Amino acid sequence: MYPYILYFSVLFYAFALVWGLGFAPADYVQGNSFRIIYLHVPASFLSQSLYIVMAIAAGIFLIWKVKLAAYMIKSIAPVGALVTFIALISGSIWGIPTWGTWWQWDARITSTLILFIMYLGLISLHSSFTNFEKADKFISVLVLIGFVNIPIIKKSVDWWSTLHQPASITLTNKPSIDPTMLYPLIFSMIGFSGIIVSLIILSSKVHIFKRESHKSWVKRNV
Amino acid sequence: MNNLRRKRLLSVVALVFTSFLGVFLILKALNSNLDYFYTPSEMINIEIPDKKRVKLGGMVQEDSVKRNGTNISFKITDFNHSIDVSYNGVVPDLFKEGSGIVAYGLIVDEILIAEDIFAKHDENYMPPTIEISKK
Repeated sequence: MYPYILYFSVLFYAFALVWGLGFAPADYVQGNSFRIIYLHVPASFLSQSLYIVMAIAAGIFLIWKVKLAAYMIKSIAPVGALVTFIALISGSIWGIPTWGTWWQWDARITSTLILFIMYLGLISLHSSFTNFEKADKFISVLVLIGFVNIPIIKKSVDWWSTLHQPASITLTNKPSIDPTMLYPLIFSMIGFSGIIVSLIILSSKVHIFKRESHKSWVKRNV
Repeated sequence: MNNLRRKRLLSVVALVFTSFLGVFLILKALNSNLDYFYTPSEMINIEIPDKKRVKLGGMVQEDSVKRNGTNISFKITDFNHSIDVSYNGVVPDLFKEGSGIVAYGLIVDEILIAEDIFAKHDENYMPPTIEISKK
C-alpha cells in the first residue's frame, strides 16, 4: 500500500514545487529567495508534528503497554531527525540572502536545534540498550519529558524577540501570505507529509520485522 | 479502565506536568535574557557594562541613513526612542529605510559601533504588484 502513497506524494510534491518555484510570484521584499519556503515550512511543520505523534505513542505505550506504539517511536525518531535537519539547513540557506547570516542563537533557531539533538539522543539511547523492553520504557519517558520543547519552539517567536519572523499561517487569523503563494505552499505541505508518512511506514515495517524476528510469521514472510 | 492503567495514566500526566513546570520555572528565571536583541527603549533604561557587545533591534529610521564611502550611519528606532548606529561594511539586501534590522556591536559615546548588521523580514509575503497597488 505505502508505495502508492509514496508515488502519489512525490508527484504531488513535484507539482507543488513546480508551481511554487516556477509560477508563484516573487516576494515584494525578498524576491526569489522566499521560494525556499516550499521546503522549509513543510520540513519545520513535520519536525514538530512527528514529535507530537511520538509523544502520543509514548503515552499509549506507557499506559496500555501496546508494543506497536513503542515500535512507532523508534521508527519515527530517525525520520524526525531527518526533517528537523532539513528544516535547519533550509533555514540557514534562507538566512544568508535575507538576514545576512546563516546562524544566530535566537530562541526559534536554538530550540529547533535542541529538537534535532533530542531526536539524535533518543535514537542512540535506544540503540545502546541490550534489553529492548527496558529501552522502550526508558525512551517513552524521555519522549514525554522532552515534549515540553514543542510549545516552546511554537511560541518562541511570540515570547521573545527573535531574528526569525512570527508565523504566517495561524488557526485564528487570516494568513499573512498572499493566496498566489499560499496555495502551492499548502500543496507542498500535503505532498511532503505524504512522502514522510510513507517513509515512516517503511521504517516501521523494518522495525517490526526486526523486533519480531523470532516469530514464525516473520520467518515465513521474510 | 482498570486500576493499573489509571495509575499509569496518572504517572504519565504527572511526568508531563513536572517537566512543563520545571521548564516553565527555568524560563521564568531567565526571563528577558532569552531575548535576541534589545529595543532602543530597553537599551536606554539598562546599564551596559563596558566592552560588552549588545544587539539592538528596531526599524531603520526614515531619512536617517547617511553613506560616506563604505561607512554607513543611521538611527534605529522603536518609534519611542532612537539610537545612532555606525557601520563599516556591506549591509544585507533587505536593509532599507523603514525595514527591521538588528545591529550587533559596542556602544561608544552613545553610538552603537556595529560589527554586524542583520536584516529581519516579517511574516507577510505578497507579490510586488499588490504592494504597489496598496500604496
